[in-house]
Order: sequence, then C-alpha cells, then structure tokens
Amino acid sequence: MATASEVEGGVRNTSPGVRSFLRRNLGPDTDGYLFVLPSIVMVLCLIVYPFGLAVYFSMSDAFIGEPMEFIGLENFVYIFEEDDIFLLVIRNTILFAVISVVCKVVLGLLCALLLQRITHLKRFLRGAMLLPFVAPTALTTLGWWLILDPTYSHINWILQNTFPFTLFEIRDYQFLGEPTLALGSVIFVNIWRGLPFFIITILAGLMSIPDHLYEAADIDGASTWQKFWKITLPLLKPVLAIIILFSTIFTLADFNIVYVLTRGGPMNETHLFATYSFTLGILNHEVGLGAAISLFLFPMMVLFVIFLLRMVRRDSAYEL
Amino acid sequence: MAEIRLQDLWKRYGADVMAVRGINLDIEHNEFVALVGPSGCGKTTTLRMIAGLEDITGGQIQVGDRVVNDVPPRDRDIAMVFQNYALYPHMSVYGNMSFGLRLRKTDKAEIDRRVMSAAEILNIGELLERRPGQLSGGQRQRVAMGRAIVRDPQVFLFDEPLSNLDAKLRVQMRTEIKKIHQRVKTTVVYVTHDQVEAMTLADRIVVMNHGVIEQVGSPDEMYNNPQTRFVASFIGSPAMNFIDCGIEQTGAGLAIRLSDQVALGVPTDRTDRYAPYVGKDMIFGIRPEHLTEHRPHAEETTQDLQIQVEVLEPMGMDTMVFFDIDGTEVCGRSEPRSVSDVGEAMTLSVNMDRMHLIDPSTDMVV
Repeated sequence: MATASEVEGGVRNTSPGVRSFLRRNLGPDTDGYLFVLPSIVMVLCLIVYPFGLAVYFSMSDAFIGEPMEFIGLENFVYIFEEDDIFLLVIRNTILFAVISVVCKVVLGLLCALLLQRITHLKRFLRGAMLLPFVAPTALTTLGWWLILDPTYSHINWILQNTFPFTLFEIRDYQFLGEPTLALGSVIFVNIWRGLPFFIITILAGLMSIPDHLYEAADIDGASTWQKFWKITLPLLKPVLAIIILFSTIFTLADFNIVYVLTRGGPMNETHLFATYSFTLGILNHEVGLGAAISLFLFPMMVLFVIFLLRMVRRDSAYEL
Repeated sequence: MAEIRLQDLWKRYGADVMAVRGINLDIEHNEFVALVGPSGCGKTTTLRMIAGLEDITGGQIQVGDRVVNDVPPRDRDIAMVFQNYALYPHMSVYGNMSFGLRLRKTDKAEIDRRVMSAAEILNIGELLERRPGQLSGGQRQRVAMGRAIVRDPQVFLFDEPLSNLDAKLRVQMRTEIKKIHQRVKTTVVYVTHDQVEAMTLADRIVVMNHGVIEQVGSPDEMYNNPQTRFVASFIGSPAMNFIDCGIEQTGAGLAIRLSDQVALGVPTDRTDRYAPYVGKDMIFGIRPEHLTEHRPHAEETTQDLQIQVEVLEPMGMDTMVFFDIDGTEVCGRSEPRSVSDVGEAMTLSVNMDRMHLIDPSTDMVV
C-alpha cells in the first residue's frame, strides 16, 4: 500500500499546470492563493494601476487635450512655492480632520455610554442611530444644503421666529457663504454623518468589556469616574485606535460633503485635498497638478497608519 | 471583629423569580463558611448580596457592627475572588494587586510592602511585571487572591474560585487556600457547588437549595447527621444510596424491609425513634462506604447482605460494587481483592449504625 507521502509525491511529480507550479513556488497551501487571486486582480486593476498612473501624471505637465511631457517634481515645487490656495487646503484639511475626528470620538463615546445604559427601545434607538451612516451621502448632504441655504435655511428661520431666540434679534447667517461658518458647517455635517460609525463601534467595544471587571473595580473601591478612566478607556483603546485610523483616512479623503455643500468655496475656504485636486485636475483640465495634490497626503498617511497600527498591536496583547 | 449576620434575607428577580427566600445566617469572626448547593440554589446571589453587587429585596445584612444594606461595595471593607478571576487585562500583576490600594491613595511604600508580602505568601513574586494574559490558570487564581489579600479586608468572599481549574490544580489550590486562611486569619464566605471543596475547607457548611438553607453545620455533622434527604444526597461522594423501604415489627425490634427477600434489623438504640413509622413507606439511606466487603463481626449493628454484582468500578484504593435491590441501583464500596466477578453472588456487610431513615412525605431524616 502506498503511504501518504508517496501519493503526495506522485501528484507533485505528475500533475502539471498552475496548481503544481504554485505548490513548487509557494509551498503546499496553494488553495489560499487561488481564493485571493480575484481580489488581487481587482486591487491591481482598480487601485495599483490608477495609483501608478497618478504618480506618473503628477510628474508630468498633463493637460486635457494636449501632449504630455515628463517634468519631474516641478508640479510639487509649484504647488508649494506659488499656489497660495494649496496652503489654505492644508490648513482646511487639518482643521477638518482634527476637529471632526476629535468631536466624533468624544460624542461617540458619550452616546455609546448612554446607549449602553438604555433598556427601553434599545434596538430601535441603536437602529435609528445608524440612519445618517446608511443613507447615501450625496442625498443627505443635499438635505443639509437645504437646511443651511441662506434663502430656505430652517436654522435661520428658527433663530428668527421662535422664542427665546427672537429676544436676541439674530441676523441671517450665511452658513455656506461666510468662510468660518462654511468650514464649520462642512465639519458639522461630516461629524453628523460619521458619528454613527463611532457610536456603534464603541458600543460594541463597550459591550465586550466583561461586567465582572466593573464588579471587581466596585469592590476595589473605584468610583464611576475612576472605573471609566481606569477600566473602560484603557480597554477601549484598541477599538478607538482602529476607528480613529479609519475615520481619519476617510475624513482626509472626504469629497462628497464639501463638493455638494460648498464646492470648496467661499473663496476656496473649504477646499480639501480631494475637492481641490478634482477642481484643478478635472474642472481646470490640469491633470498633472491635480494628481500632485492628491498624492501629497500619501506619505503622511502611511506614517500615520504605521503609527496607529503599532499602537493597536501593542495594546491588544491582552485577552478579556 | 467581622461577623456577618444575614437576617430574613430575600432576593427576587423580576416579578416571580425568587432566588433567595428569607435566609438567616450568623457567620462568626474569622470563621470559614462554605455556601454549597446545586446551580440556581441562591448561593452566589447570597454572596453577591453580601458583597453589595446585588440589591437586596428584603431583610438585613450586617458586617461587623454595621448594617450594610445600602452601603456601596467599596465601603463594605470586603474583598472578593471571582470565579473567572476578573483580573484587569491591561494591568500588570502588580497593577492588579495594588489597584484597590492606589484608589484609596495609600502611601507608595505601604503599597509596595503589602504587595510584596502578599506575593511572598502566594509565591508569585516573579510574576509581578506580567499581564494576566501571560499567566496560567493557577497563577491567575493566585493573583486574584493576592488582590484580595493586599487590601487586608474584614471579610473575604470567594465565588467558586476553583471551578475554572483542572482537577489536579483544584486540589492543589484547595490546600493553598486552607494554608492561606490559616496564615491570614479573617472571615471567609466561600461559595462552591463542589461538596468536597466545602468539606475540606470550611469550618461550617451551609447547604442551600431552592433559595433556602437546608442545613448549617460542621463538615462532620453534615456527613454523619444530615437533616434532610437533599443534604444526605448532596454531601458525600459517591452519593448516598436511597432505597424505598417499609418498617416492620419483628418481635421486640424493628426491621427495614427493602424487598421480599431482603430485610435488615434496626439497631436497638433506634427502635423507639423509628417505632412511629412502622407500616409506613419510608426511604432507607446508606452511604456506599457503609456497604462494604464481608467482614467478620460480633455486634448486631453490622449485618450481611447477599447481592449479585452487576457492575464493578475499580478506583484503585477501593472498588465500587453496583447491584440491584428491587429495581433500585445500589452502590457499595469494597476492598478490591474481596470483590466477586460481575454476575456472581457476593456478601456485603451493612453498617446499620450509619443508616438514615427518611420520611418521603417531608423529605426529612427521622
């Protein structure tokens, strides 16, 4: 009777084709590679190829309808030295990302802690909380556009026609027309949209903390506040790090909200990397410059991701 | 002084689940009391009420001189060891053990001294920098106890602390806990479903069932003089045999009729006690260790019983002999070299001095 190794050796020697090629080069577990192959092809076609193309464009003077030439790092030098709007974009993006992520963490934590304590209508409220996240961004942002519109603004109407605001004779706010208010408005809408993701993820994190740890802390003499700082927050750290990472990536790359609400205006005061790059590259046909701007953030993002992932790995080294 | 007094203590969950039904219990200073009973008997609920982790529905809990009904856990001066240890996974062993003291703003040097002293008692000095995830079950158990010891509380509460350990480690830790209690004298309430743990550790055992206390007594009392059928069946391993029987008058004495063929004489000193039950259906209770291989005897309390062996379970030191009396499976405990083969006849000696008679209408031992 043939032993298992002989049979395997026979297959290895006699069966040609992809499988035996993979087995020779990648070891015995070739099925895994075959399963991920479609994903790899998709990533190559839809992410790696456009990314490579963007890198190439960023080092060219590509302009729609004109022949393209390689110009090295000139685009980057230009946007740094001569493009005033670009500095505004950096400022806007940092403000936009930092304020909205910080607010989402704080509010998300607060709402999740409250939701965890709710006993009645628990399922309904948790489901309802997700609505801003599941509705199409372009659609909900259009709703906000109406709410913030100078002519139809519900907020202005409420401020001017309901007590007690009528006492203060509040003026008509141009929510999308004044630079500070416009940036505040897009940040607010971004928070509104991203908050459910934070709430649900933090809630899941909270629920994974076993009750007996709080009971042990009760007996050890911890107050509610001490339990939050010494038990809840440290144990939520891995979850928080992951959602901060994701949220920061999505926020920095946000396009829909700004484009629908302000198109980067007024006076470029709300432009982010994505919207500015789109404006230059697609609307102004300066594809090379647009690509350079969109790539600017990449190295910083890589460093940020490495830092956060290391933190997550270090802090997740315990079991609950 | 840290006595614990439970007076008419009730716990109700929701509208109709009564976990604890009006129990009364006095636990003396430095006493080691084990609450034991099957799942759902209310023992853990009672412990959690003492700890302050459960509100009480009615009654009163007193720790020392204070009624602590509405006192939060942190102000009760108690420490608790949880079933799953409840160690803080993000803190080192030192951090876990010192957590309570740090919250109380104890002096750093004092914290160090107490942690080191507890670590020495528990033999975990070299583990102080590790996190709970890097420890074995037994080590975690020690850390959980260390966390309780450093607080130097009035009362220690143990909630099935050994049930997550393997059998060998459990026996080892049982001895450790006993040693620690001898060294760190304090009042201990220990919840377990394992009667062996309760018997070996406790000064007194409280057997609970369906939210009430069935019996309170020393391990010896529990084993030798159970007051109810439940206690008789719960304490002792293997469990006591229960055989339906009748009581018959035989001349001046009484006999226990187990089947048409089998009757065993009642010891004369019990005749008066059992006389009122003549003619009634009763339950005869006898532990396997009192149904032994045939031994020559002179005293009337030891009697012979002819059986046919059905199953043998060799345990090493003893062999358990299973046989049938009128449809009831009965277990005896024999010296291994004296057992007959399966299917063959064997004579056992019954120590009638150790029998129990149970009234099935009340389930009380008479």
